[in-house]
Amino acid sequence: MPENLLLTIIVFLPAAGALGLLLLRAEDHLWIRRAALTVALANFALSLLLLAGFDRTWPGYQFEEMRPWIASPPIHYHLGVDGISLFLVLLTTFLVPVAVLASWRGITERVRMFHILLLVLETGMVGVFVALDLFLFFVFWEVMLVPMYFLIGIWGHERRIYAAIKFVLFTMAGSVLMLVAILWLYAATGSFDLPRIQALLANGALVLPPVTELLLFSAFFLAFAIKVPLFPLHTWLPDAHVEAPTAGSVLLAGVLLKMGTYGLLRFCLPLFPEASRLLAPGIAALAIAGILYGALVAMVQPDLKKLIAYSSVSHLGFVVLGIFAFNAIGIEGAVYQMLNHGISTGGLFLVAGMLYDRRHTHQIDAFGGLATPMPMLAAFYLLLCLSSLGLPMLNGFVGEFLILLGVFRVEKWWAALAACGIILSAVYLLWSYQRVFFGAVTAEPNRHLPDVDRRERILLATLAILVLGMGIGSPMFITRMEAATTRMLREMERPSVHNVGPVAPERPDPTQLLRELERLRKDLQPVE
Amino acid sequence: MPPAATDYYRLLPEIIAAVFGTTVMLLEPFLRREHKAALSWLGMLGAAAALAAAVLVRSDAGPAFFHLIQADAFTFFLRLLIYATALLVMLAARAYLDRENLPHGEFYALVLLGSVGMGVMAAAAELVTAFIGLEISSLSTYILASYRRDALRANESALKYFLLGSFATAFFLYGVALVYGATGTTRLEQVAEGVASVLLLKLGLALVFIGLAFKVASAPFHVWTPDVYEGAPTPVTALLSTAPKAAAFAVLLRIAGTVLPATLLWFWVLWVSAALTMFVGNLAALVQSNVKRMLAYSSIAHAGYILVALAAGTEAAYAAALYYLAAYALMKLGAFTLVAHLAGRGERRLTLEDYAGLARREPVVAATLSLYLLSLLGLPLTAGFLGKFYVFVAGLRAELLGLVVLAAVNTLLGAYYYLRVILYMYFREPGATYEPAAREPVPAGTGLVLAATAAGTLLLGVFPGHLMRIAELAAASFR
Repeated sequence: MPENLLLTIIVFLPAAGALGLLLLRAEDHLWIRRAALTVALANFALSLLLLAGFDRTWPGYQFEEMRPWIASPPIHYHLGVDGISLFLVLLTTFLVPVAVLASWRGITERVRMFHILLLVLETGMVGVFVALDLFLFFVFWEVMLVPMYFLIGIWGHERRIYAAIKFVLFTMAGSVLMLVAILWLYAATGSFDLPRIQALLANGALVLPPVTELLLFSAFFLAFAIKVPLFPLHTWLPDAHVEAPTAGSVLLAGVLLKMGTYGLLRFCLPLFPEASRLLAPGIAALAIAGILYGALVAMVQPDLKKLIAYSSVSHLGFVVLGIFAFNAIGIEGAVYQMLNHGISTGGLFLVAGMLYDRRHTHQIDAFGGLATPMPMLAAFYLLLCLSSLGLPMLNGFVGEFLILLGVFRVEKWWAALAACGIILSAVYLLWSYQRVFFGAVTAEPNRHLPDVDRRERILLATLAILVLGMGIGSPMFITRMEAATTRMLREMERPSVHNVGPVAPERPDPTQLLRELERLRKDLQPVE
Repeated sequence: MPPAATDYYRLLPEIIAAVFGTTVMLLEPFLRREHKAALSWLGMLGAAAALAAAVLVRSDAGPAFFHLIQADAFTFFLRLLIYATALLVMLAARAYLDRENLPHGEFYALVLLGSVGMGVMAAAAELVTAFIGLEISSLSTYILASYRRDALRANESALKYFLLGSFATAFFLYGVALVYGATGTTRLEQVAEGVASVLLLKLGLALVFIGLAFKVASAPFHVWTPDVYEGAPTPVTALLSTAPKAAAFAVLLRIAGTVLPATLLWFWVLWVSAALTMFVGNLAALVQSNVKRMLAYSSIAHAGYILVALAAGTEAAYAAALYYLAAYALMKLGAFTLVAHLAGRGERRLTLEDYAGLARREPVVAATLSLYLLSLLGLPLTAGFLGKFYVFVAGLRAELLGLVVLAAVNTLLGAYYYLRVILYMYFREPGATYEPAAREPVPAGTGLVLAATAAGTLLLGVFPGHLMRIAELAAASFR
């Protein structure tokens, strides 16, 4: 092997598996499920190799691969992970087998196509997290929309078509402008390579005028903010979540939303630090508004899935807030909270899905007193709720605590307001637990609901172990993020006009010269 | 001084296509009815021979017939595009003509003769030659549009096409006359040199532009397009929306590349026309419930994206426009061919409702159509995306940020109606119009066309390098 191919394998193994599924007969449901599960588990095992081989002291990208793809314009197949993306890759490869298992009973129609789409989706998701070429990143970012569109549109609930189209159009609305921004950066630098553009900006070879930087930042930011989703761009999320099948909801909440926050960390902050700082107060205000608004709206939802969906809006507000604190603690907390949210909210959606499998409804009214027929499920749900609301010893606490700590150092008021969100989250989560599981059994059909079976028990127990483990063993994760976080913060410091003196602006811009030459040549042309 | 052998050699593809077209026409009356379908082989052989000739002539670039014709890398690119399109159209048409009980011979002859006209347009280095090419191609396509003689709609649309098309060619010819008046020549290379009256030249070129704008269906000269595309037999629509458009763009590109030092007027005309065309096409397509008509409006929108490249006016932009034309031809040919197949005898099933639940009945067909639609939308890993990508890059390099943003917004508009077709195919259950008995297997010729265009769409979407290099060479021939 000429160079390390591990990342390529992790990205494309699921897609290859999807092609393999085509060889199975469409009616062999059990074998299709087994094959998909095998591929997904194998990929998870492979991604653990990343963890094993990861050098926590090295701040740059690891497992890097770089090959030319398109000659003109120069586009490279450039992959790599650092401390920020490493765990997001792991989260993705972990949640895909979870999603396959979660669909074991619920999905009975067009089973082969369902699993093909899940695996293709995995390729897209992992690709987004490891692509270091802006073009390649955009390819994964867009291609991933298609399987999700189908997952919601085919296997969703009543209003699935509306939700699917809304999901795609919202995401695309952001990404078309991001594409223009990416191409603009290419036109200015002659490269799509993220580290290269980063270097050009960092050493002052390319100085963006403030207005340009602001526009570029906004184009990227809009795309990511829609994906997060940041208040007030969140309206697609409840629809998509409620209508999606369980596996779709798990991956949507667990991974897709993280692409937005990941994008902020990977692109917005390091490439456009001045604009980020300038707009940080406004963005923080939106994040806090999202935290409070999401929590308040979650409180009054009659639909369990919608409640969890709005809780995502609230939780992702925390993540955005942590990112825009611009310090190591806040950002590490944000990354950690991304993982936590993926696990606990993913878990909550799993439980909602299990309830739906039994009763074919998400309405909280329809339940009540379920702890009597299904004590085990009740216990798991409680644990996930406690993790989600940030009980000490559980994973959610660590992330939220770090975020608040980081934010507090920057602006005390932000932290104070955001902390109210934690209280509200306790209210809506515990109240939902009470209404669903406590008290006497209110509806007759609920009296003899079967408790979790072996498959569901394994699923939930795995999540429970992670919830506990990540609550206690957080240093295992945080230490691996530190180097990358520090590097990123260092990259945000630019030799700007103010702190370097008159040297920086006088450097000639090579691309500007080239453009001048091109124009001169064009003017001369008709005389020939 | 009679033309030399090289002159004929450099026009060889057109000569071959003309000979084959005439032979098909002459043979037709002598064949028995049941054997006439065999003429499709002769027609396709003609297109293939023209393609081979185009490749052969490629190495011997240069002018022919006293600078009326220019065989260069640019001509080569368009010849490939035009004759390959003709070949695929004939391949797909055979089953269609059988199904609709339409005569075979004339069809192949007309497609070949039409592509002769288009080839001449692509090769024309002089405006009157371009006009002759335009006329040859138009006359064939007028007849092709009315090929379903007994269908009322087809006749109406063909008449519309004929009347408006005649107007357009008249505009073009009048423009040529004015250019001659202003400069004393119609040879493109010399037009810029001997300008006696700038106003007259601008007026003349504006009229030429209007004439060509009709043919490429750019707003506000697009009005004929939806009706004609909808009324014409679908394989003809596939042809109309690709090859003649490419040929008209070829003339536009050659004028823009050789004559115009991108005068300010020309720039704004292109800018406004591009913006308007994209919006008109996409907005109108949003509300269509007939798939064929929707694709017609989408053709208009795509002409708008190509005009963005023309407005950018750099060599890279012209290369991008050529790449876009090729990518566009692939996906549109595929989409219309599939629509023709799905429409069934008499072209009954064309509405979105008819597509409901298609994925369950015919998964492969639905997946193929989805691929074309996603490519038309501009999703990465398809030819359509790279077409847009190259155009956008060229636009930004020419500092056309505003126009590129408008084009990006239009992509989003497009997403809605392309995805809606996929939505019907995959998310809906079959509607009331569904007839289980009507399911027909895909004929071999159609299948071959679909496989070729689908593979091309994917291949150009992942490895655009080779074609882009040919396009760059083509665009460099204006230097």
